[in-house]
Formats: sequence, structure tokens, C-alpha cells
Amino acid sequence: MSKPLKQIHLAAHFPGVNNTTVWSDPKAGSHIEFSSFAHFARTAERAKFDFLFLAEGLRLREQGGTIYDLDVVGRPDTFTVLAALAAVTEHLGLTGTINSTFNEPYEVARQFASLDHLSGGRSAWNVVTSWDAFTGENFRRGGFLPQQERYSRAKEFLATANELFDSWQVDEIVADPASGTFLREAKAGAFVHTGQHFDIHGQFNVPRSPQGRPVIFQAGDSEEGREFAASDADAIFSRYATLQEGQAFYTDVKNRLAKYGRGHDQLKILPAATFVLGDTDAEAEELAKQVRRQQVSGATAIKHLEFVWNRDLSAYDPDGPLPDIDPDVGEHHIARGRAQVRMYRDPLATARAWRELAAANNWSIRDLVINTGNRQNFVGSPETIARTLNDFVQADASDGFILVPHITPGGLDAFADTVVPLLQEQGVFRTEYEGPTLRDHLGLAHPDDSGSARVAS
Amino acid sequence: MSPSSPALHLAVALDGTGWHPASWREAVARPREVFTAGYWADLVAEAERGLLDFVTFEDGLGLQSSHFLDLDGRTDQVRGRLDAVLVAARIAPLTRHIGLVPTTVVTHTEPFHISKAIATLDYVSTGRAGLRVQITARPNEAAHFGRRAIARIDRYESPVVTDLFEEAADYVEVVRRLWDSWEDDAEIRDVATGRFIDRDKLHYIDFQGRHFSVKGPSITPRPPQGQPVVTALAHQSVPYRLVARQADIGYVTPHDAGQARATVAEIRAEQEAAGRAGESLHIFGDLVVFLDDDPAAAAARRERLDTLAGEPYTSDARVFTGTPAQLADLLEELRAAGLTGFRLRPAVLGHDLPAITRGLVPELQRRGVFRRAYEAGTLRGLLGLARPANRYAAATA
Ligand SMILES: Cc1cc2nc3c(=O)[nH]c(=O)nc-3n(C[C@H](O)[C@H](O)[C@H](O)COP(=O)(O)O)c2cc1C
Repeated sequence: MSKPLKQIHLAAHFPGVNNTTVWSDPKAGSHIEFSSFAHFARTAERAKFDFLFLAEGLRLREQGGTIYDLDVVGRPDTFTVLAALAAVTEHLGLTGTINSTFNEPYEVARQFASLDHLSGGRSAWNVVTSWDAFTGENFRRGGFLPQQERYSRAKEFLATANELFDSWQVDEIVADPASGTFLREAKAGAFVHTGQHFDIHGQFNVPRSPQGRPVIFQAGDSEEGREFAASDADAIFSRYATLQEGQAFYTDVKNRLAKYGRGHDQLKILPAATFVLGDTDAEAEELAKQVRRQQVSGATAIKHLEFVWNRDLSAYDPDGPLPDIDPDVGEHHIARGRAQVRMYRDPLATARAWRELAAANNWSIRDLVINTGNRQNFVGSPETIARTLNDFVQADASDGFILVPHITPGGLDAFADTVVPLLQEQGVFRTEYEGPTLRDHLGLAHPDDSGSARVAS
Repeated sequence: MSPSSPALHLAVALDGTGWHPASWREAVARPREVFTAGYWADLVAEAERGLLDFVTFEDGLGLQSSHFLDLDGRTDQVRGRLDAVLVAARIAPLTRHIGLVPTTVVTHTEPFHISKAIATLDYVSTGRAGLRVQITARPNEAAHFGRRAIARIDRYESPVVTDLFEEAADYVEVVRRLWDSWEDDAEIRDVATGRFIDRDKLHYIDFQGRHFSVKGPSITPRPPQGQPVVTALAHQSVPYRLVARQADIGYVTPHDAGQARATVAEIRAEQEAAGRAGESLHIFGDLVVFLDDDPAAAAARRERLDTLAGEPYTSDARVFTGTPAQLADLLEELRAAGLTGFRLRPAVLGHDLPAITRGLVPELQRRGVFRRAYEAGTLRGLLGLARPANRYAAATA
């Protein structure tokens, strides 16, 4: 008998501040107005997606000492948008990226528990750990944390939040008017946490929420990040959406679960993935080229080159050859507040390789960036995309994908209408939601069910 | 505020099952649903049917208590509440006209976070967001954060409280600057130059204060109202100063027309001293209300609830029992003393909120002092407040 097919998990990443988001297209709408979020969420729910995902940034990016003005800039507050989306959807999970460095556990736990109540059990928290003093300048907390410490803070932050979530019993609220008993116990919500980062005690003031705890995501990639995910997360938002890298990451992280006493299925691996859909493969390839040109304007190409050269290249023509000067390898980096800052470990070697590549292909600066930068992960007809996605999942390169369309807010529409039905026909994607909560969609145990009850059957 | 304006503004303060601690035991109360979205949606829908200007949502960073500073360990009253900003956001797409004003405790939270949260509430409600700022001197709430010790106070007039209000003023200043940190037309989508925004229309706020500093700009563009409506409850000179310097609406608690007149005079003088004489600042009276068509029924209901609670209900605000017509008389009298609107605190939400929307509102309409239809799409519009110019745009123009 052959192995049963894995079920694919699909999620929708709202394309806001992101280097793939195309804003210059006439079809590109607002990334701030609620109508965009509502359209996007309704499409995801119509397609029976597991959840909607929001990223976060807490300081506007800068390059060369000024605010970066070429990509989409600006985003609404995560909790507020997700709570509003709970009103226009019924099943869709609502995942918010919330930083553990510039927040406090009591407040964040309240917000996620509230979101879980207000959505009927659909909340999830992507715990990120941005650390830099640059972002800290917007907060009372200020300052920065070195890599080691920000994961130790993140771990303790999450542990503390879990203590708060668990501080109310499921049946704590009696609300019996006849006897006048509202609470079963005066000590509802009592907690004491003493640790390296937090020394807090008292009573949490949000009762046990439908999911007990929000679903936990992790999105870092370092050794510390992977361990954090293996020990504490329900799902990983990874960056490896190619087959080999995906499989390597998948194997690495899933192998870490055993030492925390966790099963293979207790952590879902969900890479971010971009796609371009056409009626035929050839049409999709052509479209993908156009999208790449929209994503990389001449100005964007120059700015991208500056990451490597680490100097002002504004005098260069994007349609001309690469600079023949060498990168500045000084400590200071030209870009601030971006993840890519540490992308190119050896700038001198990268510059050399790029010059050779450009010369060999007769590429301008813009051609080079278009051809070496992030290509779309999946390009093709609905049949091709459905087949490739499924192959990835069945080959354990992932458990599904967090799809990042390049257009707001309609970028998911065609996928919902054409790819999803094919996946459903193949029996690898749901046709109806299994239950009301995000834990139901992801096949995760509910913390309030006793372990034995689940394992028994 | 022109005193001849016919508009009397009306808001309702939502909290739990109502302001009387035994309200949850009434048959209309739905106490098991207080932590569901449907419960709040129904309440706000009722308020919107009554054409009210806005609702406020109470909040706190600790359990409710019958004591001023400490927990009471009681199990016979509603305890626990959801985050007010999230409740307001959850209701926003379900309503179209009514203003939504959640409470935020400023003592332990980040102005950067609350600024973008309220700006976003303004987006999801298309221009109906407000904010009520509140301080806390409760030791148990400080212990939930563990970042600062707040000296124990014995009276409201403590220097500790003065300091917390100074900090609150800085907090609001930061929030307001962040709302202005993007000019309205900062997003340009200029394909020719590849620029999405005009960075010259984004501004660092560079706030430096005694308690914190914030760089800016916001990550959220300027909200639809430009500046959502800032409100604060005030009982004494120190918070009156916060209202006069930083708020669009102050809630005060006079027990009669004389007190109302004195309070309004003090706030108006502070407003002038703060150089805001030309700006609109509403002063709303807060009243707890038990409303019935028969005044004896209202009084009896209050007594019955007091008996259930085991003690007579008292409040910082005047507690009114009577008919909608009697309440309308009182509101007109207080309005003549200088108040521009009222925030009513229903003793039992399930009973007194519909009594406001179906009894008091028609009575006020008959008297020609309350709207018969929503006349504006934004909360500022309903309140007769202009959309403010951007302070940074003005500086560079
Ligand atoms: C796919 C992916 C998405 C991420 N999204 C965010 C985000 O939206 N906001 C954020 O502050 N950090 C985000 N991060 C950053 C991580 O939380 C983390 O801070 C960063 O990867 C550095 O941690 P590491 O050294 O473990 O990789 C993301 C990381 C990855 C891999």
C-alpha cells in the first residue's frame, strides 16, 4: 500500500511592505485601507486557506541616511486589523507577527487572548525577535539585545505569556445570577513569574480563550531560531521554498523535535512562497518577466546594488554597466531596518562574481538584479503550480506554503479560483473547514484536551 | 463651542454588564457572553440605532476591583475584560456611523504602539476612532509589568499622580505627533522616478521627554480623521490640565449645575492658558443612569440591585434615577451650565442602554436638541470638530 497523501496547508501573506510587492501596476490597490484587507481575507477564506498572515516592522527602513522610498511604505497595526478581519470572516486563522523585544508579556498575552475570544479561536502569534537599537528608538524600552539575549528574552516572553494564558481554568466563569457567584475562584488568573528578563506577578485579566493559547509561529533561521521553533512553536514561517533547501531545512528542524519530546507532526513547516499564474506555462513565464521588471525599477536596482557595495551608487545608470570600484567593507552599513543587511557575507567576492556574470551576459545593473534577485518560486499554469506545490509537500520540502502574491488586494483571486480546485480534486486540500479554530485547520492538539483523549483512538 | 448650538452630544460608556456591580444578575444581562464579539456587537448596534455620537469601552491592566487601589478578591461581581482596542476594532466593520472610543492605560504601554493602533482603528472604521487615555497608580498593575515601581499613594492629590498625568500628557503629545508624522499626500506612487512615497512628507517626531523619547515617524500613514478624537476623564485640577492641554473631549463628574459651571470655568481657563482658546474642546458630563418610565420603578430597581450587591451603589459621577423626560430636563440644565455633551453610564446595559436609545433620545429629539439622523461620516464630523491641519505640513509650507 502506498503512503497516504499529506494534506497541504495554505496561508495568505498580505503583500504590504515587502520587496516583492508591486505598487506601480494599475491593478495595485491600497495596502492600508481596510477594504483591501477584507478582500484579501475573504478570498483566502473562500479558498479554504488555513490562515491570513501579517508581517511587522516597527521602524521605517532607511538607506544612505534617508527613509527608503522605493518600496511600499506603511502598514496598519497588526492586532487592530486582525480583530477587524474577525468580523468579516468566519473560519480563517488570523496570524500576527509581534515582536518580543519591544513589547511586554502581560500586554501581548492580553491582546492575543482577546483576539482569540473575539475571533472564536482563530488567533496565532508569529514570535519575532528584532533587536536593533534603530527600532528601539521608537520605544520606551529603547536599546537593543544581542542575538543570544533576544532569543532568551523571546523564549522567556513566550513562556511567560503561556503562564498567563494558562492562569485561568476553562470553567472559571460561573456567572450564576441566582447564587451570585461570577467567578469560581477569587484567584482566577493568578501568576508568578521570576526569571532573567521578567519578574512579574499578579492576576491576568482575560479568561481562558477558545483555543486556550494562540497558535505559535516562529520565523528566525539561526541555530537559536531553529531550537526555539523545535521546542516552542506550532509552525515555522521559513524562507526555503526550493525543493532541496526546503528538504534540508525540513529534515533539520523536524529532527530537533524528538529531544523536546515532541512528535513529527507537532511542528508545521510553512515557507513563504511567491507565484505567477498564467493560462499556460509559457504565458506565465512571460508574465513573470514583466512582474520582475515591475519589482525591480531602475532606482530599485541601484539601491539593491548598494547593499553589496555599501556605498552611494546613485550616480550610476541602472541601464549601464556595474561599478568598477570595490565595495566598502567598513563596519557601518548603508541600509538600516532591513533583513537583507547581512545577506551578503563576502561583499568583495559577490561584487566580483556579479561583474563577471554581467560581463558574460551583457547585463546592465538592472538586468543583473532582475536575474540574480529573488525569482518567483512557482511560475506556470494552474496545473503546473498545483502539481509542483503538491510535489514539494509530498517530498517533505514543506507542509504547505504561506503565499505572498505580488499585487494588493486581488493577487490571490486567480489562485483561489484555479489552483485550489485542482488541489482539491487531487484530494490534498480541504473542500470544507474541519472545525472552527485554527488549531483544527492545522491539525494541532487543543491544549485543554488531555493528551490521552487524543491518542486513545 | 458656540453655546447657541442646538446639538447636544451623547455618548454611552460600555463596561461589562453595566455600571452597577450587581447588574450582571439581571435577567437581561447576558453575563456569560461578556467575552464574545456578539455581545459587544449587539450593544453597539443598539447605541447606533439611537444615533449616539460614540461609545466608550472601559479597560484596565488588571482585574476590576471595588477598591480604589487594591484588588478586592471578590467573586460576586464581573471580573475579567477583553482588550478595549481590539473590541472596538472587532465592532468597526459591523457599524457605519457611531464613534468607537476604547480606553488605553498609558502608564505601562508604548505610545508608538497605541498611536498606530488608534490610527488603524480609524482606518477600519473609516474615520470613527477615538481614544480615552487613563493613568493607573495601582501597585498590582505595575507588578504585571515589573518595569517600574509606582510609589503608593494615599490621596488622589499626590505628587505621584501629578507625575503620572505629566507623563500622560507627554504620551498624548507623542501619539498626536505620530499621527501627523505622515502628511496626507505622502504616498505618491510616482512610476517615473520609482518612488512610492515622497520622503519629504514623512517626519521624524524627535520627542524627548522626562519619561521616554520617541523618534518616529509612525509606520502607519496619517489616519482618515487626521487626528482621531482624544478623550480623558478628569476629576481634579491636575487631570483638568491634561484635558485642557491635550484632549478633544474631557469627561467631568459634576453633581449639580453649580459644580458643572465651576468645572467648566476652570478647564476653559486652563485651555486659554495653554494657548488653545481657539480650539474646540468638548466638556462632557458623566452620569450613571437608572431609567424607567415610572420614577418609582427606577428607584426600586436601584434598591433591588443594591440589596443584591450588599451595599448601596456609589460613584464618582452623579447617579440619576428617574424617567427619560426627567433626565432630559437635567441634561438641558447641565448644558446651560456649559457642558457640551454627556457620557451616560448605564447601570444595567441590557435595560438602561435601550432606555437611552428608545426613551431619552426621542425625548431629546422632540425638544429639538438631538439629531434625527447621522449628519456626518466621521466622529470628528459628528462632534463638530474640524479635521486638523498637519503640524509638520504647516511648518514646512
Ligand atoms: C520568513 C521570515 C519572515 C520574517 N518576518 C519578520 C517580520 O515580519 N517582522 C520582523 O520583525 N521580523 C521578521 N523576521 C525576522 C526574524 O524574526 C528574526 O528576527 C530574524 O530572522 C533574525 O533571526 P535569526 O538570526 O534567527 O534568523 C522574519 C524572518 C523570516 C525568516
